[in-house]
Amino acid sequence: MVHYFVGDLGHFFVITSFVTALVSAFAYFKATTSKSLDRQLFWKQNGAAGFYIHAVSVVGICITLFSIIANHYFEYHYAYSYSDTKLPGYYLISTFWNGQEGSFLLWMFWHAILGIILILTNKFWESSVMTVFSLVQAFLASMIMGVVLPVIEVKIGSSPFILLRDVMQNATAFKMDPEFIPRDGNGLNPLLQNYWMVIHPPTLFLGFATTLVPFSFCIAGLWLRKYTDWVRPALPWALFGGAVLGLGILMGGYWAYETLNFGGYWNWDPVENAVYVPWLVLVAAIHTMITYKSSETALKVSIILVITVFILILYSTFLTRSGILGDSSVHSFTDLGLSGQLLVYLGFFSLVAFVLCVVRWSEIPSTEKEVSAYSREFWVFVGVLVLSLMGFQVLLPTSIPVWNKIVSLFGGSSNLAPPPDQIGFYTKFQLGFAVGVAMLSGVGQYFWWKKADPKELWKELQFPFLLTVLLFLVIVQFIFFQYSSEIFKRPGFLFILFSGILTICLNAKILLSLLKSSPGLSGGSVAHIGIGMMLLGILFSSGFSKVVSLNNTGLIYSREASDEFNRENLLLFLNEPRTMAGYRIEYKGERLEPRDKSGYINQNDVEFTDDPFLVVAKRDVLYHGDTLYHAGDTFEIMNENRYYEVELTSSKGKNHTLYPRIQDNPTMGMAASPDIKRDLSRDLYAHVILRSEAEDSQWSEMEEVKVAAKEQFFANDYVCSLENVQRIDRIGGTLLDSADIAVQASIRIMGEYQEYIADPIFIIRNRMIGRIPAEVRDLGVQLTLNNIHPETSQFTVGIKTRQKDYIVLKALEKPWINVLWVGTVLLLTGFTIAITRRYKEFKKMKEKGLE
Amino acid sequence: MKKTHIVLLVVIAAAIAILISTAGDASTYVGFGEAYQMATAGNTKDIHVVGELKKDKAGKVIGIEPGRDLVSFSFIMIDDKGKEQQVFYNQPMPQDFTKSEKVVVIGGYNGNVFEAKKILLKCPSKYQEQKVNV
Repeated sequence: MVHYFVGDLGHFFVITSFVTALVSAFAYFKATTSKSLDRQLFWKQNGAAGFYIHAVSVVGICITLFSIIANHYFEYHYAYSYSDTKLPGYYLISTFWNGQEGSFLLWMFWHAILGIILILTNKFWESSVMTVFSLVQAFLASMIMGVVLPVIEVKIGSSPFILLRDVMQNATAFKMDPEFIPRDGNGLNPLLQNYWMVIHPPTLFLGFATTLVPFSFCIAGLWLRKYTDWVRPALPWALFGGAVLGLGILMGGYWAYETLNFGGYWNWDPVENAVYVPWLVLVAAIHTMITYKSSETALKVSIILVITVFILILYSTFLTRSGILGDSSVHSFTDLGLSGQLLVYLGFFSLVAFVLCVVRWSEIPSTEKEVSAYSREFWVFVGVLVLSLMGFQVLLPTSIPVWNKIVSLFGGSSNLAPPPDQIGFYTKFQLGFAVGVAMLSGVGQYFWWKKADPKELWKELQFPFLLTVLLFLVIVQFIFFQYSSEIFKRPGFLFILFSGILTICLNAKILLSLLKSSPGLSGGSVAHIGIGMMLLGILFSSGFSKVVSLNNTGLIYSREASDEFNRENLLLFLNEPRTMAGYRIEYKGERLEPRDKSGYINQNDVEFTDDPFLVVAKRDVLYHGDTLYHAGDTFEIMNENRYYEVELTSSKGKNHTLYPRIQDNPTMGMAASPDIKRDLSRDLYAHVILRSEAEDSQWSEMEEVKVAAKEQFFANDYVCSLENVQRIDRIGGTLLDSADIAVQASIRIMGEYQEYIADPIFIIRNRMIGRIPAEVRDLGVQLTLNNIHPETSQFTVGIKTRQKDYIVLKALEKPWINVLWVGTVLLLTGFTIAITRRYKEFKKMKEKGLE
Repeated sequence: MKKTHIVLLVVIAAAIAILISTAGDASTYVGFGEAYQMATAGNTKDIHVVGELKKDKAGKVIGIEPGRDLVSFSFIMIDDKGKEQQVFYNQPMPQDFTKSEKVVVIGGYNGNVFEAKKILLKCPSKYQEQKVNV
């Protein structure tokens, strides 16, 4: 029975949210432009009421959509496409933002919350700021409306509440029965089934949502001709946005590192770039706003930057959701046909902001005095320019598909493609800029906090500068002996190392003196130290990363391929170690994962039942000395996951065992995930690229041997011994008739590291002979009890062998990557300190009535 | 000149340098025929070729051969202009390769053989799925 009500209710909420957003925007607009105080109050109250109702309906949309997902109403396309009945609870939450409609909704949700906070914390600015805010909400609501305008037949938005049958109109199942409900959904892409999918999108979208706040304040300021007052309330929000957006981006990087298998944390993919650029501009904007607060300069720049941040967010929304990136990004999202609407959204606000700026430009106060090269303003200005260039350099190649589209719209044809070696291309520019940013963030701090006198400045800089040089030399020595004797051939690395250390030392000195006098002002120094550490962490973990699985066995590949290809993948047969790059690597076998206990289980220890998720232990199952299950226990396993135990022994004798994973999803195919062993000084990272498929390898011809009990024989060069043969009365849970005879042999096989037991079965049923073979996968051996010779007390055992299991592994060593992660923590700590300070300033001024 | 003007000039120069460098490093989308001509003319830049995997009449992908060392493979691709070409890739087959709607290979010709350094996949849009899993 199709549940129509829930979908209709959701759709109703969407329309309500759209209408109330418009109503609220209109009311706030009237409140801002009204002359009399009475009218102002009247419209303000209506605007607030409208927004509150809007927020309630947004919550309503969320609840209805979630109930569709949680109740598994697969008649709805959203539940069908992104979830299934087997999904654990917390992933059902992430289903919510799996589709584009859901992520728009998530964005709207955050806006609703932020809007309410704005209403409650801003008396003077409420009407003007909320006008912009509600208008943006109306645009967002239109993205998920899913209505078709009559007469002109134009579709507005894509509703998350569409029924599956309306999406797949040609599916035969629906043609035969319009009320058909699929029994199960498509499920969640295995790569998305980890906790990052639960926390990364909400954080990122909160970051997006927050960028609207300084933008709204800025537009409001221009509108009301309050060109200078908007900065103070907007600054804590800009900082908050920078922190949250930065955190969201870093989470994405960390997720990619842990889950995806390209061995890194940043790919310079267009989708990544699209949010990185606004973040850089936001950081720049924060710095100019701070400069304005201290010396009333850089107001015009602040206005431009704050507006640019929001416009860039809209542009990135367009890039990622319109399908224009189709051929150039691995993140190719489904084009929902919203590109026109997204363009209108982008164009509307760009136009409004641009026109407003132009009209008001001459009225904006600006200082005419010449800025000295030794002043804090000058150095912040240079830093802001470097950040802007940094962003520009990334924005340009990312926008190549847009350029191609524009050219084709004008009748020309452009087949420009993004640079082929993405990572190399962007890195060479961005690290160069990063060196500049690092040095400026160190030196600039001295201009900010200390006197501008050149002689005094040098005295201040002396000690940290000398410390930097000392540390630099020490670390270069360390690198030379430990990682790469070719360090001097890479001058770029030396620059990065030097500038990273420099900014840490310079900012550390400032931090120490601030902690003594006013610790609340230390946000900037802490954040800058974080940046320095991030730079060093990136240098070491990427620059000196070692491919442990480098294949130098000299295997011939295709004769026609050139030799210069890097062979970074290693073929490992089961239990056959290889020594590479200072590590002894050995593949130990495929493992299963129990559902309720943590640990990994050897397949040979369990027997599968008819339910692929249920197994029976053949003997006691041990993991790291603990008994997980006893012989005969039945327990559940996560059948889609297979883990591949890889043991790496370093040249110093330290043992590490990693369990990279391959997940076999029936609809999505194979998904490989790495396993990472984290140490203080480096990460060891391994993932399986390929594994042998049991179906692919050929069994050899059967070889027969005649043995007596306890007699030893050989199978595939392994020593076997027929321990005993006994009658059994049930096979796999089925009881045999009394007329049937079944006999099971217990054969012990000595593998390289452990013993295996194979138990083939010989049956006589209805006067026909049947033989059930036993396979030991680890050894590539299959044994059958072919015949029983009671006269001589001997048994004929059939032996078949095949190529052993293998995996193709890629293993990387990433040194000192923890420095990067610690750096990110410091960066966010610095942000937090700064947000607290600026928020306190705002509150103090508000209490004085000087909003 | 005012200091700010000098700085602005430097910035504009840097921006132009970035533009030129980007244009220089950018690749192009071409067909196999053009790619071959570029290679024989001595142009060794990596190019992008968009196309589809070769399929038989039933829609199943054909022409995939694993390499002898098991860590590479080759496949047959048909570009947008209809030209067929065997492509070598020196790493194992990417996940969901056969399910990909369109394939973008980045690389170049080496003699008569096209070697791909990177493969980009575009998985079929769920909206185009015509079969519902019962």
